[in-house]
Amino acid sequence: MFDRDKWVEIFDTIKKNKLRTFLTMFGVFWGIFMLMILMGSGNGLENGVHEEFGGWATNSGFIWRGRTTMPYNGLQPGRYVEFRNEDRDLLLNTVGELEYLVPRNSRQLPGNNVVRADRSGAFRIYGDYPEIRHIQVVRIVQGRHLNKLDIKHRRKNAVIGDYVRRVLFRDDEDPVGEYIIANGVYFQVVGVFRSPRKGDQAERDEQSIYTPFTTFQQAFSYGSHVGWFAFTAKPGKSVAAAEQKIRKVLMDKHNIHPRDINALGSNNVQEDWDRINRLFNGIDIFTWIVGVGTLLAGVIGVSNIMLITVKERTKEIGIRKSLGATPFSIIGLVIQESVFITLAAGYFGLLSGVLLLSGISYGLEAFEIETGMFSRPEVNLRTACMSLLVLVVCGALAGLFPASKAARINPVEALHAE
Amino acid sequence: MIYLHKITKSYEAGGHSLQVLKDVNLEIEKGELVSIMGSSGSGKSTMLNILGILDKYDSGTYSLNNTLIKNLSERKAAYYRNQFIGFVFQSFNLLSFKNAMENVALPLYYQKVGRKKRNMKALEYLDMVGLKDWAHHMPSEMSGGQKQRVAIARSLISDPKVILADEPTGALDSKTTMEVMDIFKEVNRKGITVVIVTHENEISELTDRMIFLKDGRIIQKAMANAS
Repeated sequence: MFDRDKWVEIFDTIKKNKLRTFLTMFGVFWGIFMLMILMGSGNGLENGVHEEFGGWATNSGFIWRGRTTMPYNGLQPGRYVEFRNEDRDLLLNTVGELEYLVPRNSRQLPGNNVVRADRSGAFRIYGDYPEIRHIQVVRIVQGRHLNKLDIKHRRKNAVIGDYVRRVLFRDDEDPVGEYIIANGVYFQVVGVFRSPRKGDQAERDEQSIYTPFTTFQQAFSYGSHVGWFAFTAKPGKSVAAAEQKIRKVLMDKHNIHPRDINALGSNNVQEDWDRINRLFNGIDIFTWIVGVGTLLAGVIGVSNIMLITVKERTKEIGIRKSLGATPFSIIGLVIQESVFITLAAGYFGLLSGVLLLSGISYGLEAFEIETGMFSRPEVNLRTACMSLLVLVVCGALAGLFPASKAARINPVEALHAE
Repeated sequence: MIYLHKITKSYEAGGHSLQVLKDVNLEIEKGELVSIMGSSGSGKSTMLNILGILDKYDSGTYSLNNTLIKNLSERKAAYYRNQFIGFVFQSFNLLSFKNAMENVALPLYYQKVGRKKRNMKALEYLDMVGLKDWAHHMPSEMSGGQKQRVAIARSLISDPKVILADEPTGALDSKTTMEVMDIFKEVNRKGITVVIVTHENEISELTDRMIFLKDGRIIQKAMANAS
């Protein structure tokens, strides 16, 4: 392997056949390059779509109120369903699959409903429990998120989105500790958050203000009214099952006909998540088939070229045999050259592919280019290392047939060959 | 040194077999300078290939340096070629992309001798054939005589028991032929057995013993005039 003479010989052969070796190497280069680009793009698409989920926990779901459409227990259809605070305790006690369950309210008065000194803007105000951070993940960039004490003492605290901060505060101002008037009520800013999403969506997310759920209900006279529930299932538990159980409990509680499916609205992120992941598994398989196919074509090219090389070197191999070269040393020579060509070309392909992907990734990041459902094209290290390993094996396989042919060369005939 | 007993060899050609060697018996002592003569088709090339363990024989016994050469694996054959035999060919058979020194050193590569030691020894042998100054020249930059001298140096470097030369002067003019033959005689004087296959009388007359092959049989053994 580290025999200098073998390497000298490999480079001699390559130097003698520059164009041919180059074209062969290009085949392998292109194969692995395409594989990397395909995989990177696939991952980019996957990242982009996953970012669309925007920090929503992938095991989360939502239940919201609708209108009954069927008469039940003597009640007329067309009744509005009302969620109450006690529903939360009921659900937490009866649905074992739940990890977190948070009741939510939101309100946005028309016009510029949020004011601070001479600045104002139109923003949505939420009443939330601190556990919301596990369901809708945000990045706190200043101050803190809501906490239990906020809920307990009904503090008039608010966590504002970064967009809200930009509208209500000058850039050099520290918003934490300052007061804002939301829907006519004073709140003290305790934190600023940013959305994990990008572009327009992030901007939309950051136009929100979180206040403690209890404070919200009191400040805006909601009583024990709950707008909707967000929840997550315990790890390993089905979100869909949790969703169905919640629906059943709430239907029982609120006198809804068991088949009146429109009385309650619900969905869960996991189903979408799973569906999309299945799609990407499909894309992954497709990528591998195309990439490996291209690579295979390249490797067959190497094998072919090694056959020609062996043919051209028949006489040389004959001479070597007459001087005492064992079949094994001849096989080694051919396979080593084949592995070298494959590996060198493959490595360049890998490197160029990864460089291009990181370039694109960097460009998207640096210039904040809006790409919709595409983000951070990348290839992970494990895949890259795997590909290199596959290349070595492919190179060896490509060399095997020509090498055995070389080893079988009859020195008598070879010495008379031209 | 070389002992052949009832060697037969035939080739399959066009459906019927062609017997090239028929019961050849031959003994060559250590330190002999022998020529094998014969017209084309007489079987002399086949005989040389068998002597050089490049080809197998059908029946009989061949021993070289008291080692039975029969049914050898490729690996074993390669080993004995490397240990016992030095080849010199009509067309020199130097590797075109290696310089003179590297060509001479090649048999030692297959003995796993280190690069430095190999090249040093190669320079010694090049010096012996008078080509030390040409060590770093490529074969394409040399004359036929020079190439053949490089080939002889290569055949000698592994300290073989026997030098097998196949028409070694066939591609040379008469002046260089004499130079090359002088080297063979010089080598022979050091005690190495030399077997030269040729069809030229002038060459065989320079050897100690001539062996004539005709239609696959040895027809006559003649002692040449002591040179």
